[in-house]
Amino acid sequence: MDDGAGTGADSEGPPGRERTAGESRVDELLTRAAGGDEQAFAGVYDTLAPPVMGLAFRVLRDEAQAEEVTQEVMVEVWRTADRFRPERGAARNWVLTLAHRRAVDRVRSVVSGRARELRTGARDLDRPFDTVAEEVEEREEHRRVFRCLAELSRQLRLPLVLAYYEGLTYAEVADSLATPAGTIKSRMRRGLRRLRECVESGS
Amino acid sequence: MTVGGGDPHDDVGAYTLHALPPDEEAAFENHLASCAACREEAAGLAATAAMLGAAEHRTPSPEVRRRVLAQIGTVRQERHGERGGEDAGEAVRAARRARRGKRVLGFALAASVAAAAAFGGIAWWQHSEADTAREQVHEANAGAEALAGVLAAPDATISTARLADGATAGVVTSRAKGEAAFIASGLPRLSGAKVYELWYEEGGAYRAAGLLPGAGGELAHVLEGPLDGATAVGITVEPAGGSRQPTTTPLGVIALPA
Repeated sequence: MDDGAGTGADSEGPPGRERTAGESRVDELLTRAAGGDEQAFAGVYDTLAPPVMGLAFRVLRDEAQAEEVTQEVMVEVWRTADRFRPERGAARNWVLTLAHRRAVDRVRSVVSGRARELRTGARDLDRPFDTVAEEVEEREEHRRVFRCLAELSRQLRLPLVLAYYEGLTYAEVADSLATPAGTIKSRMRRGLRRLRECVESGS
Repeated sequence: MTVGGGDPHDDVGAYTLHALPPDEEAAFENHLASCAACREEAAGLAATAAMLGAAEHRTPSPEVRRRVLAQIGTVRQERHGERGGEDAGEAVRAARRARRGKRVLGFALAASVAAAAAFGGIAWWQHSEADTAREQVHEANAGAEALAGVLAAPDATISTARLADGATAGVVTSRAKGEAAFIASGLPRLSGAKVYELWYEEGGAYRAAGLLPGAGGELAHVLEGPLDGATAVGITVEPAGGSRQPTTTPLGVIALPA
């Protein structure tokens, strides 16, 4: 399947770069889907359902729940496709933002905050990052994101990983790391900024 | 919007990671309404966060594809200008950009105007900026239309009620447009990770019709999904993220005219 994401080293640029042919193709499919084109939507599904499912599974760790979230997200994409604005970013980013929101809402409704903190485990805080890093797709742009994530100090990396992949709120992250909540918020912001700079510099 | 002081702008990181509880998220969105630099930063960081999300691919079973493609045949797509509450916020943001220096909160303003339209003359609408606000919302052309569209529909009818928690609520219904807007004033702030959820009631069954932030206060929201044959609109308190079916006794069920 040509999933539109490409495989070459320069296939998916970070934000700010020109879109690749694959990205533009999904953007165009989604724009057509917004006009009611079901066939175009099937193309959007085939391209984006695998990363949506990958993210949902990463957060929920349950195949059936991840499939339910994937279904909800893809139907929401169809329903609200008219809100997609290609000039504000790639379709894939828009869809993954929706998917992350849904996955996090779901994990918070089915796994209590305490249990989510515990499942990361005080001695095991590095595990979420390690397992993601192991399973990351063998694509250059993804390797680059994870190289950048790995280059962040642990202080900046952990809050990002615990919030994004474990669905913890900043207060729960603060609790897990026994660090003041305000400090965690500030680290989340700095961590994302550093990550962005690193990815954009292409190093 | 920040616990224990600190820079409120630091919330942008937690916001992007979906790591703010619903009340702080709503507060930060209000802040975004008045902070162009914050909106720009949030958009940039969201693109970075999405890259973290794109790392793993996992193919769902073919059954999921089949269900999704079957479902979209029955799901009505939103069209530009038919959107819900968040776009009312966007419209007010646009209006605010056009008029410098007005210190009003975007969403609260839209809600106030909508509430004024719905409750006309009710005493709580005594805001000195009422006229300015009306004018601003009138000027804004994008999302406020969703709300205004329902409010201004020729067949719009208004049903009001007092909720169990003392809040005032109303539903503006347009059968011709197949839409309804929910408007409330004085909704209490919910504690913990809870939100308000709206429901369409039809033949004794409830259909989820959208979430409202647990921060409460004055709210206006175009209900999600088609009005169809709904005979009432209900509101309940639900865990963050909402529920598929109500899990608490409704604070109120407002009957709609046929």
